[in-house]
Amino acid sequence: MFQRCVRLTICSLAFLSACNNGDAPGNQQEKLPEIVDYNFDIRPVLSDKCFACHGPDANKREAGLRLDIADSAYKALRETPGAHALVPGNPMASVLYQRISTTDSSMRMPPPSTNMALSNYEIKLIEKWIKQGAKYKPHWAFVAPVTPALPKVNKEKWARNEIDYFVLARMEEKGLEPNPAADHERLLKRLCLDLTGLPPSPERMDRFAKDTSDAGYERMVDELLADSAYGEKMAVHWMDVARYADSHGYQDDNYRTMWPWRDWVIHAFNENLSYKDFITWQLAGDMIPGATREQLLASGFNRNHKITEEGGVIDEEYRIEYVTDRTNTFGKSMLGITIECAHCHDHKYDPFSQKEYYELFAFFNNVKEVGLQSVVGGPETYAKTPYMEITKEDLKGVLSFINKQDTNRLIVSVMGEKDTTRKTYILGRGNYDNPTLEVQPETPHAVLPFDIKQYPANRLGLAGWLFDKRNPLTARVFVNQQWQEIFGRGIVKSTGDFGMQGDLPSNPQLLDWLAVDFMRHGWNIKRLMKQIVMTTTYRQSATISKEKLKADPENIYLSRGPRFRLTAEGVRDLVLKSSGLLVPEIGGPSVKPYQPKGLWEMATSGRGILATYRQDHGKSLYRRGLYTFIKRTVPPPSMMIFDASNRDQCEVKRASTNTPLQALIMLNDPTVLEASRVLASRLMQKDNNTTSNITKAFRLIVCRTPQKREVDLLQKYYDQQQQLYKQQPDNAVKLLKHGEYPMAEHLDNASWAAMMQVITTIYNMEETLSKT
Amino acid sequence: MKNEFIEHHLNMNRRKFLSRLSLGVGSLALGSLLVPDLFGKSSGEEAPFIPGMPHFAPKAKRVIYLFQNGAPSQLESFDYKPKLREMMGQELPASIRMGQRLTGMTSGQSSFPLVGSHFDFKQYGEARAWISDLFPHTAGIVDDICIVRSMFTEAINHDPALTFFQTGAQQGNRASFGSWMSYGLGSENKNLPAFCVLLSRGKGNGQGVYSKLWSNGFLDSIHQGVQFSSGESPVLYLNNPEGIDMANRRQMLDQLAALNDQSYKEFGDPEINTKIQQYEMAYRMQTAVPELTDLSRESDDIIKLYGPDCLVPGTFAANCLLSRKLSESGVRFIQLYHQGWDQHGNLPNEMAGQAKDVDRASAALITDLKQRGLLDETLVIWGGEFGRTNYCQGKMTADNYGRDHHPRCFSIWMAGGGVKPGIVYGETDEFGYNIVKDPVHVHDFHATILHLMGLDHEKLTFKHQGRRYRLTDVAGKVIPGLMA
Repeated sequence: MFQRCVRLTICSLAFLSACNNGDAPGNQQEKLPEIVDYNFDIRPVLSDKCFACHGPDANKREAGLRLDIADSAYKALRETPGAHALVPGNPMASVLYQRISTTDSSMRMPPPSTNMALSNYEIKLIEKWIKQGAKYKPHWAFVAPVTPALPKVNKEKWARNEIDYFVLARMEEKGLEPNPAADHERLLKRLCLDLTGLPPSPERMDRFAKDTSDAGYERMVDELLADSAYGEKMAVHWMDVARYADSHGYQDDNYRTMWPWRDWVIHAFNENLSYKDFITWQLAGDMIPGATREQLLASGFNRNHKITEEGGVIDEEYRIEYVTDRTNTFGKSMLGITIECAHCHDHKYDPFSQKEYYELFAFFNNVKEVGLQSVVGGPETYAKTPYMEITKEDLKGVLSFINKQDTNRLIVSVMGEKDTTRKTYILGRGNYDNPTLEVQPETPHAVLPFDIKQYPANRLGLAGWLFDKRNPLTARVFVNQQWQEIFGRGIVKSTGDFGMQGDLPSNPQLLDWLAVDFMRHGWNIKRLMKQIVMTTTYRQSATISKEKLKADPENIYLSRGPRFRLTAEGVRDLVLKSSGLLVPEIGGPSVKPYQPKGLWEMATSGRGILATYRQDHGKSLYRRGLYTFIKRTVPPPSMMIFDASNRDQCEVKRASTNTPLQALIMLNDPTVLEASRVLASRLMQKDNNTTSNITKAFRLIVCRTPQKREVDLLQKYYDQQQQLYKQQPDNAVKLLKHGEYPMAEHLDNASWAAMMQVITTIYNMEETLSKT
Repeated sequence: MKNEFIEHHLNMNRRKFLSRLSLGVGSLALGSLLVPDLFGKSSGEEAPFIPGMPHFAPKAKRVIYLFQNGAPSQLESFDYKPKLREMMGQELPASIRMGQRLTGMTSGQSSFPLVGSHFDFKQYGEARAWISDLFPHTAGIVDDICIVRSMFTEAINHDPALTFFQTGAQQGNRASFGSWMSYGLGSENKNLPAFCVLLSRGKGNGQGVYSKLWSNGFLDSIHQGVQFSSGESPVLYLNNPEGIDMANRRQMLDQLAALNDQSYKEFGDPEINTKIQQYEMAYRMQTAVPELTDLSRESDDIIKLYGPDCLVPGTFAANCLLSRKLSESGVRFIQLYHQGWDQHGNLPNEMAGQAKDVDRASAALITDLKQRGLLDETLVIWGGEFGRTNYCQGKMTADNYGRDHHPRCFSIWMAGGGVKPGIVYGETDEFGYNIVKDPVHVHDFHATILHLMGLDHEKLTFKHQGRRYRLTDVAGKVIPGLMA
């Protein structure tokens, strides 16, 4: 183990020195491609190193030179008449090439002062590209996808569906062999976590063990997709996208009631609403002619942003903030573009002008709302105008999925248009008090111009435009997000940025195939999920050979199954489900489980009902992670430490870190201790055979039968702990006190405490908290 | 030259790292903590600088930031304006206000009567700096500090202004100041996080603090600020549960390491080894942190210096003492927040209380660091998120008034770590409304502090979603006048 580490270390250091010489890592020895491709080889370099001064931002453009558009790059230079930046076929005559390859630092581009140097490889690449004609191509992501032909592969038998063909072709290209199939226990755990967010029950494990055939696997997939836990699992990612929270945010951060909207999201996924309807209702549910109450509720999506209750703010400043948030969320989550960069100036890398930003902004700028409607107050402040009141009739009818538990008035913020049109202006430097030119609703031209004849110039029209067959981004962005949730990494790694500075797709044909197929089949989400988990690609084992770790450390080419840590919600759900504590109720107001004392109190302004944390009791302690109360300014630490979103803004991708604080939570959080205690008592009350109890606990938690040496090790640990707690009966009593769940009776404390310790140990295993 | 410098550092680290490998699993965590992103997987797609290594010789090694949350009035502390007393109750001249935007709290006021400080000022030290009677202890260390009277910001409300100060942008989701330091310089102590946060609150009108203020943003979460609390557990989830002592914890960790090691043999996933190391680091923190946060063994002289409050957990004084101990142990960035400085009304009363909470301990921290020979390498900062208006908000009586938010000028002070001591920097007009000399923008402030830490604010970047982010966004300049 140590030797490995040492080697890794030295490699890392060598890698860093290489960086330092200005050579891109890994590329040093790499051969130049036969045909240099603008999109895949050249544009990433130009975008990263040149466009900031010679790109789309007209205000920052130097020497009038623009390199992101062919015509501008070919034409005579303004400052050196007769010369051209690019002379196709002739690098030596191209001023661009002269300037990047010169040794004269006063002439060198990019200027040394920018701290951006081109590597030798990059310079050679550009030289070859010019030699081959300096051909530009439109940015791949802004060209609508078409179904690519299935690639030829050597091992046809390996492929189960089209996805496998595309993945295998890439593997073969890179000289990688696919991993064998995962064993059925680990595969089932993976599948259950991906489709329901919960570990498999022993009953499911037994059933699947009896029939691991393709048909048996497919039956399991169908069963899981039909499980209501599926909607809860899918909702987690969407709550990040929607920046869902249970408080208004900003300094006072008092309570809000958006949870009925969250209940709708779960319902919509379970009902398998098409992605088109799912989004259309969220963007413009209020504007659909004859809108249903459900569609109106869905539009709450765009009211999940923070809303201030700070007395004395400038109203318009905050109203503009809200519209900005909606515009940015739309761009990032549905179009996968960083349109927010054009909020203050033209985009530096992508062809989005500041004017286009405000044209998009105009769609969201006509809401019947104010910046500051009310300061911290009572139930009337839990939603802000426009809002809907959930009535008894709603609950009996179309909104029966809302888990309302009391008779109090329930209001939810939703969207609603003003009767007149509010004018939209470009805001100078993005400042609310600096309106300049008036603009009309429009969409970014580079993506797809807005056809005013086909669509009304409002949010409903915008939704129509989003699902226009010619829109190049919508389907790609969504399938990529779902791919990321399953494989841990999108086909486009930068999930929120399909623009020039984003990552290129690791398998462009696969992405396009998935996108077109998704559109053709009615934007059917469950179908997409099934298609992915049915593949041979998905079913591979997750073991990493040394060779593969070296050749493809990030598993970009998918020659092994996905293996990564569970999400924050996943950790909690696994602990509760495997111990039998989970209360599988769906929806309702968010709950306040155990949390270290004093956190809300330390950080509050003192105003509002969230100034103090009033922990819940009883069944509210055992709800799934997605129901944990999110107070924006003090989000639950046990979730944040496992990389959950703080819901401050739209997020499409979570980090996955490995820190000591995570270890401390798993060792010391009452949730884990209580689960260990309760599971120990339940097993022991049924059976007094320690070995078989250890085996059962292991199977419930790790979702596989333990190996003999694992049982032996834990058995020995049990014996030792039992001895210890026999000698320290007081400590046994103390240990068994954690958590509010009622105590079991008639158990020997020392044995119980020992079994509890064994189970806590199993909860802390790396494999337990990993999708394997 | 630059390459030689980096090469030298790489050699140093390589030697350090390899020599410590023989010490066991724990030292591996140490190596990666020293240079946290060296072995990490997400240090951006490329490293324009090498994380964990300064760009040039630093003057300061560590920062303690005594943030005065809510915005203390500069006019009752460090910016002496006798004119306001002379013109007490008279209207703020339009020529001074120049149409500057006001918050919604006073924009509806029909008049803006000037109001002078309720408290007297005297001159102290070689710089003959004016300091109000509310801050006698700070006056006592005046020759060690640099008072900046010309700070200004862009935000006018608490949340965006605080967020701006702590992350360099008014919107959330960027990396905070301390996270940048952790990312840029790493930690000096293998048992402690590089960035720690301590909260306290006074009795004055308070504004909340938000965990996004110490968020790692787009940086690795290892750079997140770790909040210390005054409760039973100084770091969240640090304490073993009742019924488990350290010896017993060790036994569990040994079983766990054995189980995880088997898993590593099967899967070959390096994350499994990292997990084993993180459990070891957690174990070490369990010993190191309580030792450090135990203030009961401090000498009488120290207790006297910080005042009796320092023995009351959760007070500003206790946090100052704790911050000295953390800093001494190598914590790179310690962020204190003291709430309660938002005096829209009842200013004389509330501000006296707030000042009493913080004055003695703030000065004690400087004295303490100095007597330990640590002030030269430790940068201490004291200040809020904006200033307060020179006119009265609400009702004005002979001895009571309030002041609204004022972003155009305010005062902070800094000490140690390469800051020029014993000077007063910058100047406001006689009304204390606009800056007339040497303005310091928040971005300039960040650039200067990074410079003192050996980091070039234009080179300390992180590429995220296609853009290279900086603490100073796209602006900021180092202010030589503030540096020794």
